[in-house]
Amino acid sequence: MLVPAAIAFLLLVGPLVALLVRAPWAQLPALLAGTVLPALGLSLGTAAASTGCCVLLGVPLAVVLAGADAWPAPLRRLVRALVTTPLVLPPVVGGVALLLLLGRVGLLGGPLFQAFGVQIPFTTAAVVVAQTFVGLPFLVLGVEGALRGVDRRFVIAATTLGAGPWTRFTRVVLPLAAPGVAAGAVLAFARAIGEFGATVTFAGSLPGVTQTLPVAAYLALNSDPDAAIAISVVLMVIALVVLVALRDRWLQGLAR
Amino acid sequence: MSGALEAVLRVDRGAFALDAALAVAPGSVVALMGRNGAGKTTAVAAVAGLVPLDAGRVVLDGAVLEDVAARASVPPERRPVGVVQQQAALFPHLDVRANVAFGLRTRGMRGRAARERADALLAEAGLAAFADRRPSALSGGQAARVALVRTLAREPALVLLDEPLAAIDAELRPALRDAVRAQLVGFAGSALLVTHDVRDAEALADEVVVLDAGRVVQRGSLEALRRDPAAPIVTRLLAEQS
Repeated sequence: MLVPAAIAFLLLVGPLVALLVRAPWAQLPALLAGTVLPALGLSLGTAAASTGCCVLLGVPLAVVLAGADAWPAPLRRLVRALVTTPLVLPPVVGGVALLLLLGRVGLLGGPLFQAFGVQIPFTTAAVVVAQTFVGLPFLVLGVEGALRGVDRRFVIAATTLGAGPWTRFTRVVLPLAAPGVAAGAVLAFARAIGEFGATVTFAGSLPGVTQTLPVAAYLALNSDPDAAIAISVVLMVIALVVLVALRDRWLQGLAR
Repeated sequence: MSGALEAVLRVDRGAFALDAALAVAPGSVVALMGRNGAGKTTAVAAVAGLVPLDAGRVVLDGAVLEDVAARASVPPERRPVGVVQQQAALFPHLDVRANVAFGLRTRGMRGRAARERADALLAEAGLAAFADRRPSALSGGQAARVALVRTLAREPALVLLDEPLAAIDAELRPALRDAVRAQLVGFAGSALLVTHDVRDAEALADEVVVLDAGRVVQRGSLEALRRDPAAPIVTRLLAEQS
C-alpha cells in the first residue's frame, strides 16, 4: 500500500519540484517584464471577464436547476448532464464546437457576421467565450449545491415577514449561498486561467490579443524554454493562490 | 383589538387529513394542543398560507385570505399574519437589529427608520444589548425572544407561535414564558399558540383547542376542559408536562 501511495504522491509533487528547481530564477524578473507580462495581463483580464460572465449567467442557471424538482425526472437529468458536459469534454472539442456555432460560417456566427459584420473567433472576446464555456459547469454545480443547502426555515421566515419571491432570493437565499457562489467563482477562475485547448482552437494565439499564459507557455517551449518555465511558475503561483482562497470550502461546495 | 380569525381548514395528506374549524376572538390567545402528528403545525401553516388548503376558508378580521370554493388565496407574504417557528429561524447573516428591521423594510420602511424602530422595539423587550450581535451569539431563549420581537414588529393582526419554547431548556422555560407574556401584553392582535405543554396554555392562553388526528376534540377554557374533558386524550394532554 505504501509503495503505490508514495509513487502517487511523487507523481503529483515531483513535476512541481522539477519546475521550481529548473526555474531560471536569476532571469525571472527580465523574463516576466518581457515575454510574460503581456500574456499575464491578457490572462488575468480574460479570466476575470469570463468569471464575471460565469457568475452572471451561471447563478440564474443554478437557480433554475435548484428549483427544477417539479420537472419530469428524465428532463431534469438530461439538462443537468448537458450542463456538466464541458467538465468531461476534451477542451479542443469544445473549441471546435464553438467554431461551428460562432465561427464566420457557424450556426449563429454566420447570420451574426452577415447582419452586423460581427466576428467572434480569433478575438479577445473569443478567449472569454471559450473560458466561460469550460468554467460555467464549476460555477453552476457549486451554486446549485449551495442553494439547495439553504435551510427552508429561513425562506419561510422571510415569507412570513412579508418578503416576496425576489426579496427572499436577494436578501436571504443568495446571501446564505454566497460562500458557494464564491467557491464556484474561484474554481471557474482557476479553470479559465488554465484554459488551453478550447482557447487555441477557437481564439488562436495572437500575441496581445488571444495569446494567454498557457498558450504562450506552449509556444515558447520550442523557441524560448526559459520563458516557458517562467510562465509555468507564474501559473503555478496563481494556482496556489486559488488553493489558499478556497481552503476547505471547495469540497463543501462541490460535494452536493 | 384585531385578529378575529374564522378558519375552516381541510388538508389531505393521504394517511393524514386535517379537518378542523378554528376561531380566535380579537385580542385573545388560543392555545392549540395535541400530540405529535395531531396536525397542529399543519393547521398553523395553513392559516399562514404556507400550506394550501384542499377545502375550506380562512377569514381574518372580515378579509378573506383563502377560500377554496371561490379560488381565492392571498400569498403568505401579503397576509397580516406573523409566524414564530419552532426554532427561532433568525437570519444568520444579519445581526439582531437587521433581523427585526427585515419585516419593517418589506413594508416599505426606509433602512435607517427601520433600524431605529428595531432598536426601540428591542429596548422595549429588554433586548437592546443584543442589537449588534449575530444570532449565533444568542442563547436559545434570547433567540426566541428576538424572533417574537421580529414578528410583532410588523404589527400583524394574528401571530402564530409554533412551539416557541419547545427548543428551550426546561429550567429556563418559566422565565421565558413570562417574557413572552410580557411581549404579548402590548400586542393588539390575537395569537394562536401551538404547544403540548399545559403550562404554556396556563400562562398565556385565554382558550384551549385540543386537536387529535387532524380533528378538533374539544375547545374551551382550561378550567372547563379540566372539569369536563370530552375524551381521554384531553385529560392526558392537560396532565402532561414536557
